[in-house]
Amino acid sequence: MAEREKLIEIKDLQISFGTGRKKFVAVDHVNFDIYKGETFSLVGESGSGKTTIGRAILRINPTSAGEIYFKGQKINGKIDVNLDKEVIRKCQMIFQDPMASLNERAKVDYIISEGLLNFHLYKDEKEREEKVQKALHEVGLLPEFASRFPHEFSGGQRQRIGIARALIMEPEFIVADEPISALDVSIRAQVLNLLNKLKKSRGLTYLFIAHDLSVVRFISDRIAVIHKGRIVELAEAEELFLHPLHPYTKALLSAVPQPDPEVEKKKKLLVYDPSIHDYSVDKPVWEEILPGHFVYGNQKELEQYRKEVQ
Amino acid sequence: MAKEPILSAKDVEIQFSLRGRKLTAIRKCSLDLYEGETLAIVGESGSGKSVFTKSFIGMLDANGSITGGSIMYEGVDISKYKTEKEWLTIRGKKIAMVMQDPMTSLNPLKKIGKQIQESIELHQGLKGEAAKKEALEMLKKVGIPDPERRYNQYPHEFSGGMRQRVVIAIAVACRPQILICDEPTTALDVTIQAQILDLVRHLQSELHMTVIYITHDLGVVANVADRVAVMYAGQIVEYGLVNEIFYDAWHPYTWALLSALPQLGVKGQELPSIEGTPPNLFNTIKGDAFAPRNKHALAIDFVKEPPFFPISETHSAKTWYLDPRAPKIEQPEAVRRLREKMRERR
Repeated sequence: MAEREKLIEIKDLQISFGTGRKKFVAVDHVNFDIYKGETFSLVGESGSGKTTIGRAILRINPTSAGEIYFKGQKINGKIDVNLDKEVIRKCQMIFQDPMASLNERAKVDYIISEGLLNFHLYKDEKEREEKVQKALHEVGLLPEFASRFPHEFSGGQRQRIGIARALIMEPEFIVADEPISALDVSIRAQVLNLLNKLKKSRGLTYLFIAHDLSVVRFISDRIAVIHKGRIVELAEAEELFLHPLHPYTKALLSAVPQPDPEVEKKKKLLVYDPSIHDYSVDKPVWEEILPGHFVYGNQKELEQYRKEVQ
Repeated sequence: MAKEPILSAKDVEIQFSLRGRKLTAIRKCSLDLYEGETLAIVGESGSGKSVFTKSFIGMLDANGSITGGSIMYEGVDISKYKTEKEWLTIRGKKIAMVMQDPMTSLNPLKKIGKQIQESIELHQGLKGEAAKKEALEMLKKVGIPDPERRYNQYPHEFSGGMRQRVVIAIAVACRPQILICDEPTTALDVTIQAQILDLVRHLQSELHMTVIYITHDLGVVANVADRVAVMYAGQIVEYGLVNEIFYDAWHPYTWALLSALPQLGVKGQELPSIEGTPPNLFNTIKGDAFAPRNKHALAIDFVKEPPFFPISETHSAKTWYLDPRAPKIEQPEAVRRLREKMRERR
């Protein structure tokens, strides 16, 4: 896969909050690449730092060490104003809760075109309206919705508005932060289908952040599992589900409820205990154990993982 | 199941008055609950699953009321209860409820221990030291380590999962006969979710409770339920044993729910999704409420409401598909092959 174009590269990323004694390292030693046109998922429990990474790529959270590259250009830390503007335009975000992320006092027309207004991306009023109509159409909403307020819509429709708002900037990269966890089962499928459709028609690249592994398997090409600010395993979606190696990944997979009562009733829950790792002498490394399958562990553990793979 | 139900709701109708209009949230809904079982009620938001169960403990909002039917519990029709005093003989004491969000169901200004103690003092008549001892016992029971220290802490010092454990401790502190869990894990992480489900199962067998789960997550249902009732637009449309619902469902809405599961999705293909929106409950609904969203609806679905057709002794569905006069209709492939499909993916 070496010939695939890397859209985002993350090298030794560290993100911390606070200073001095209060300093808290939320994300540490994170390395991964996102290829153009793929859906890359970050999975982990709340507080694991998955959202923080997503926000750092969009320059919302400052980074304390390491580098983030977008199309080969470094985009974290102090950067050129023009590059900053480009990143803001080309990288967009879809938020978790469509109830909280839309301005209740603004009409849909304004919500969707806010990015255009900020960057003056239109010649005249007519062009702006056309762009809004086009974005609405693309996410499957009716043109007359532009003059309404967010409270008039259902959860699924609001999430579509959130997606339209991201699309109008013609982004190349979208961070979708748990875009369906706040939605009903019946609507989840609609929004997932829409995201997949847009990925094809627009050639988008997603960073999909989730804690629900069942959804992640369906939508992603590659998955990274993150625990306490560290990525512990990274692999192609099917590979990760079929051959999980790291004990945390296994625990996470065992916790996902399967819609199959016979299996589910017999299930044994694995609980992850971080104290099984003895990293005092043998220092852990981030190693590619199979082509495209990375895992974090020390030499002894890696030896065992290698055996498991065979 | 020849057993007598411990709670039996018949033709319950619940209406809310909103801006001078009547909204019928529950339309003639019947449900039997048997001792010791775990019943899951599934449905999308707005289907009335919360409202229906809240009516068992008199917790409907002020503008809502039970306008028809009966809820028999211990030989009394509790749907006729009017005053708080009457409800308090049941609520908390015999039927307790765990709410969705542990953030909002605990008092942020009160110590955890005191909040558990409050319910013990109110319902069990214990006072002072005895109540405190019982509260510590409850904290231990729900798996909170170091209960003595935790007793004096405030809700903000607890994580989401721990808070939900406290809420469960409060609910089961008075040894209720029936425990209603209203989406107890929606706000929690998957790993924590699995632990909470385990905890409830454990408490259920220890305290001999009957549990009603309200959820929209079919994975959770498969994990916990003995029986399942599927709700749509204020009615139960299908009920049966958990295996019957998952492997041999018959109502088109249940089909739609099952086939929209992302777990069954094939990468690169569209997930089957349910088009349209649930009906507006301000209007009177004619025929089968799901018909407008059902691509294979029969003509009669739009005219006449279907009755329940029994499939087995324990399994019935409210759809004309099961009428002997109906054209032969097959279950969709995704539903027929759910079992194999889930297996081959492991």
